[in-house]
Amino acid sequence: MNDLKQRNITLAKKLVIVALLMFGFGYALVPIYDVLCDITGQNIKVQESASGEEAMVVDENRDITVEFVTSINESTPLQFRAEKRSMKIHPGQYYTVNFYAKNNLPVQLKAQAIPSITPGLAEEFFKKIQCFCFELQTFAPHEEKTMPVRFVVNPKLPERYKTITLSYTFFDRTNNTEN
Amino acid sequence: MTAVVAEHDDHHDHHDHGPEKGFLRWIFTTNHKDIGTLYLVFALVMFFVGGTMALIIRSELFEPGLQFVDPNFFNSMTTMHALVMVFGAVMPAFVGLANWMIPMMIGAPDMALPRMNNMSFWMLVAGVLLLASTLFMEGGAPASGWTLYPPLVLQTGKAFPFAIFSVHLLGISSIMGAINVIATIFNMRAPGMTLMKMPLFVWTWLITAFLLIAIMPVFAGAVTMLLTDKFFDTSFFDAAGGGDPVLYQHIFWFFGHPEVYVMILPTFGVASTIIPVFARKPLFGYSSMVYATGAIAFLSFIVWAHHMFTVGLPIAGELYFMYATMLIAIPTGVKVFNWTATMWKGSMTFETPMLFSIAFVVLFTMGGFTGLMMSVAPVDFQYHDTYFIVAHFHYTLVPASVFILQAAGYYWLPKWTGNMYNEKIGRLHFWLSAVSVNILFFPQHFLGLAGMPRRIPDYAIQFADWNMVSSIGAFIYGFSQLLFVYVVIDTIRGGTGEKVTDEVWEDASKHSLEWTVPSPAPYHTFTTPPETIPTEHF
Repeated sequence: MNDLKQRNITLAKKLVIVALLMFGFGYALVPIYDVLCDITGQNIKVQESASGEEAMVVDENRDITVEFVTSINESTPLQFRAEKRSMKIHPGQYYTVNFYAKNNLPVQLKAQAIPSITPGLAEEFFKKIQCFCFELQTFAPHEEKTMPVRFVVNPKLPERYKTITLSYTFFDRTNNTEN
Repeated sequence: MTAVVAEHDDHHDHHDHGPEKGFLRWIFTTNHKDIGTLYLVFALVMFFVGGTMALIIRSELFEPGLQFVDPNFFNSMTTMHALVMVFGAVMPAFVGLANWMIPMMIGAPDMALPRMNNMSFWMLVAGVLLLASTLFMEGGAPASGWTLYPPLVLQTGKAFPFAIFSVHLLGISSIMGAINVIATIFNMRAPGMTLMKMPLFVWTWLITAFLLIAIMPVFAGAVTMLLTDKFFDTSFFDAAGGGDPVLYQHIFWFFGHPEVYVMILPTFGVASTIIPVFARKPLFGYSSMVYATGAIAFLSFIVWAHHMFTVGLPIAGELYFMYATMLIAIPTGVKVFNWTATMWKGSMTFETPMLFSIAFVVLFTMGGFTGLMMSVAPVDFQYHDTYFIVAHFHYTLVPASVFILQAAGYYWLPKWTGNMYNEKIGRLHFWLSAVSVNILFFPQHFLGLAGMPRRIPDYAIQFADWNMVSSIGAFIYGFSQLLFVYVVIDTIRGGTGEKVTDEVWEDASKHSLEWTVPSPAPYHTFTTPPETIPTEHF
């Protein structure tokens, strides 16, 4: 009987260790998720597009509407807008559009803009040459900034896409500036 | 009492006393039968608490527009209904059955770790009370759905940390229960009771216990990440800090999918126990049942993202999770065909436990087929987060798990109490339940296909008719369950007055050991191991 008791307790201890390991596994899923996203190309859209420059021919016969959407995350104290809501463009031609952001507060603010392109499958044909989203933006108290974005749409964009929406969301990074 | 002592050598004398007198017996008990009873009674109470919440939901949805409750409270009700039913009713009910039946089925005197058994029950009570207390807090109970997805769940008011700690307690309680089940089955089987001679209920619980140990800690980790995101400035799921809310969904469903099998595998076990007895035949394909259970448990770990087809998975991911999910239909199909083959040409009688079991086979299969529909990734975009999924998982939980739990109640009550239940009221309960559960859930398929989203307190006018039908079914089903409570209390108090035999059901002792001990089962059974193991029916 005592032998049985001992075996029961030993088995229970082993099973407790399994449970603790599984608790650790839950946390291990966090880095595993990042690695899998890297491998499958999810969630890394900002960094790509370093591939070789190719000469593009301007396609004058094709009109594409590019729309601009601006938003701020939670209570980031910025006023943020685009120069225009949308514009007609020709694929292969370079365009510049201005974005404006104003710091509402009398203190310094650091903010990062995250871009997003809809429809997602058009994303690889939309190339930003210059963008305020490439780096962390620092705003002096009440400063208003004009931030140009220079972009081009690859003429290889499939015919079915008539409209592309470029949207930016500003995230407050004042208290959290390490990458 | 003394006679029992006389039969054993001195090492056995911890087992020689009867139940304590008075109320404290129920608090300090380490007896597997007492703890089983506590779990079952607690689960039955929670079934009515969760059911009341469901009726609040169905009352609000009886007509379009906002009638009775404000939307935030409505969302709290859908969230709490799910949490209470899953963690307070179905899981504890199966743990209660495990406590009562596993030692008696494998010829063991008690569970392997009786004190831990007591502790896991009272931690469950503490966890559920903590969860219930959130209903009275500023900002209301959690209202983000039982999946607790961030960022929405982070907007919960004062209740947030209480809900998280409640999940921790419930998780620890489940893990302790699971450890106990595994230790009992591995170390306490009677001589001759090899693994492949164990009743299928024991087998399914063994596999369920391993699932619990593997998944409850992962869930505890996920909610701990929510807690630190909210209060300690971590950014696991916060995009502003480099995290990703979709990560939570992956971790949650890594837990969540096996969790649904935690509720269905013991259901399969009880069905495989009851059907052969009333068909008067051996269970068809015993070993294939065991392997199918193992296969389902394994597959449950590699299909989780089928809950997330619409979050933006890569195409390869969608295809993988789609095909892996479809694979589950194979071992599940094996089981359904085995139950059917067990009944084939059997000398069937239709007492209440058998009626519930047959209804389970039919209605669970319907729930399985809608699951197969949703496993098809491209069409899931239409079904996702509509009433179609609500209909699907309620078919696999109510006319499956709940029906089988009640079947188990009718089946074993005579053994537990020594009295026969009232068969007429049992059958009335069955027919009311079986008809009303379909009035309740079947129209929800139509609502979902027509596009009605889940978790909304108000809806477009075209959904009005079927919602009204569904609500009527809900009230009939809900109030019919009072008959079950009546039968249970009546049976404990003497039932029909007919004293049952040890075997209760014809030839049941050929199927499983619990029918070889007296009725009602004495406080201590199998203090000496049984001499023969019923094997001819496996």
